[in-house]
Amino acid sequence: MSSTQEIRIAPAAGPGSPAGSAEAAQPLLSVRGLSVSYAPPRKGTHLGTGAALADADLDVSPGEIVGIVGETGSGKTTLARATVGLVAPAAGTIAFAGDDIGGLRGRARRDFRRSGQVQLVFQDPLRSLDPDLTVAELVREPLDIAAALSRRERDQRVVESLQLVGLDPEAVLDRRPRQLSGGQRQRVSLARAVSTRPRLLFCDEPVSALDVSNRNLVLNLLDQLRTDLDLAVVIIAHDLSSLAGIADRVAVFYRGRIVEQGPIRRVLEDPAHPYTALLTASAPSVVQEDRLRPEQLKSAADAPTWPAERGCVFAHRCPFAHDACADQPPAQTLPHDPARRAACHVAATWRDRLAPDAPHAPHAHKESA
Amino acid sequence: MSATPATPSASEEAREWSGHTLEVRDLQVSVADGLVAVRDVSFAIRRGESVGLVGESGSGKTLTCRAVLGLLPATGHVDAGRIVLGDGDDAVELTGARRSTWDRVRATRIGAVFQDPASYLNPSLTVGHQLAEQLRTKRGLSRGEAHDRAVELFAEVGLHDPAGVFHQYPHQLSGGMLQRVLIAIAVSCDPELLIADEATTALDVVIQAEILALLRRLRDTHGLSLLLVTHDLAVVAESCDRILVMYGGQVVESGPTDEVLRNPRHPYTQALMGVATIGDWGRRRLDVIPGQPPAAGAQMPGCRFAPRCALATPDCTAGPVPVVDLGAGRTSRCLLADQLGDRAGDGAGSQSGHQPGRHPGRHVAHLDDQAVPA
Repeated sequence: MSSTQEIRIAPAAGPGSPAGSAEAAQPLLSVRGLSVSYAPPRKGTHLGTGAALADADLDVSPGEIVGIVGETGSGKTTLARATVGLVAPAAGTIAFAGDDIGGLRGRARRDFRRSGQVQLVFQDPLRSLDPDLTVAELVREPLDIAAALSRRERDQRVVESLQLVGLDPEAVLDRRPRQLSGGQRQRVSLARAVSTRPRLLFCDEPVSALDVSNRNLVLNLLDQLRTDLDLAVVIIAHDLSSLAGIADRVAVFYRGRIVEQGPIRRVLEDPAHPYTALLTASAPSVVQEDRLRPEQLKSAADAPTWPAERGCVFAHRCPFAHDACADQPPAQTLPHDPARRAACHVAATWRDRLAPDAPHAPHAHKESA
Repeated sequence: MSATPATPSASEEAREWSGHTLEVRDLQVSVADGLVAVRDVSFAIRRGESVGLVGESGSGKTLTCRAVLGLLPATGHVDAGRIVLGDGDDAVELTGARRSTWDRVRATRIGAVFQDPASYLNPSLTVGHQLAEQLRTKRGLSRGEAHDRAVELFAEVGLHDPAGVFHQYPHQLSGGMLQRVLIAIAVSCDPELLIADEATTALDVVIQAEILALLRRLRDTHGLSLLLVTHDLAVVAESCDRILVMYGGQVVESGPTDEVLRNPRHPYTQALMGVATIGDWGRRRLDVIPGQPPAAGAQMPGCRFAPRCALATPDCTAGPVPVVDLGAGRTSRCLLADQLGDRAGDGAGSQSGHQPGRHPGRHVAHLDDQAVPA
């Protein structure tokens, strides 16, 4: 495969830049209408409700970092698994550099996976790295599988990859995972992931198992790598404020659907979907600024219960649910911000229906609680 | 009541502050081969107060709370110091307590909740059975009474359909529901002190906020004292009256949460403010504290943060650094504590001799632009 020659615009502009620049580049990954289903619904259980991911649209451009947030079971990891070819889509397309990889089967799919163009990084390096292998073997393994380079070039690539993630190759090459610190281990995972020079990196909770200081180290490193290697990066995380520091865009998942996506700062500061608003209101903060409280965004305890399997995925928890919500709203571009999309019938109006004590009445809500 | 404000309010001033629920004095804990992992830790928790214990992994925060619970690992040992639960006639010395003392104290006077609720419950018994069991052994309730009380407690911790939950097994419940079950078990015998060790770390933000709100509510309704152990400064900021910052096995700074976070007086706390998740969407830079924390038991004559500190002087590493009382309930274990922060002249332990040209914590410079005293 030839390396990408597109002009990189997004990384130079940095996070929070107008999304138009990021979208000017041809997206490297373009997911359209993707649905993934693991098992048919089983009677009498809450399990196996079928769709793990429904009708997802997502673009990722070279040099761009896209954050994914959402609760457990909302389909974040399923999107990653479908993109790297670990699970076949039930519907929709996954276009990678213009080719549909969702439709690959058998040998073609295996060859794509082994080419190392898309790599995954996992949450806990202690569990995802083979404890019996040395760092040199761990970083070299994907190259051996891709079988792309000569023996000497592979050795050279291992050293380069370790240097890219800020490790001293001499010091770590012969160590095993347990002989490294948590931050070093996650950097070894990254070195292993970038050794094949992927074009897309999927990081599944890459910093959740790390301390705050190491967490920022790894996030800064991802920021550096996307510039150095022109990588497209997708980071699954539940820590909104870390993501806010490095991601360009964010996609919010709820029960298998992308309910909102857009430039991360605008999404977090002015959420269009009530679930995004609930997330940002719930995030702990040392900044005691005026913002919505989680209670304002939850249905009252005595509200009529909404059948969980019908209509909008969030309706059963949404205080703004009404008759129209019996139909799942499609993701629509926001009228006031074309870079953002939200799947909500009342995206433009729910703020007007908030309990009067809070949204734009500074300081009032603290006493009224 | 449903939405407890993050900052102390009038209701908290009215609450009586008399007496200590827990007092820890000069605690030293060692682990395998005599490595001293916690040293010289002293703090007290007043009745109805919630205290946050913050630090990176390896800072000794979990060992400290395990020592209070008498749940140190097999190789762990309390070398020195005192841990006293309650005061006056109720006081119980927990250092070196016998099994019978622990049986009297655990559950009935100290409750605890941990990070991974599923691993603290028996997978082959219903959650209701596990709560009722405690009520029957500790409170002597009959089977029927224990069932009724358990359902009440499940309702109190916000579980929907509490009577149905009673008959469910741990694998049928989500992580957030399991944590509510554990909290119900922890408060079932009305303890004075609830220790929550990273109790919300594994939960997503919406559930985390709900669990923290539940803990605040229980504190008000049960008069609980809370010890919240976490690595997340923002969690402490929302839930705790006071904060203890641990580094390398020592408490390096303590004081009222608002004051400490607004105006940290130890370089490590300042650095932590720069790297922590603080819920500020506008923040662009992700800072890193250079270097690594000291290994457990590392022998260091002076300040344990000095190798990573931008302000360190030869004095810092020459000998033990005492805890400086800064007044207003604040302490800092730093020789330069008087020169740090924006109101360095206010503290009781203040001295003259500011060094105005010196910028505290340059690696967190964007957060404390106003931090240098004029």
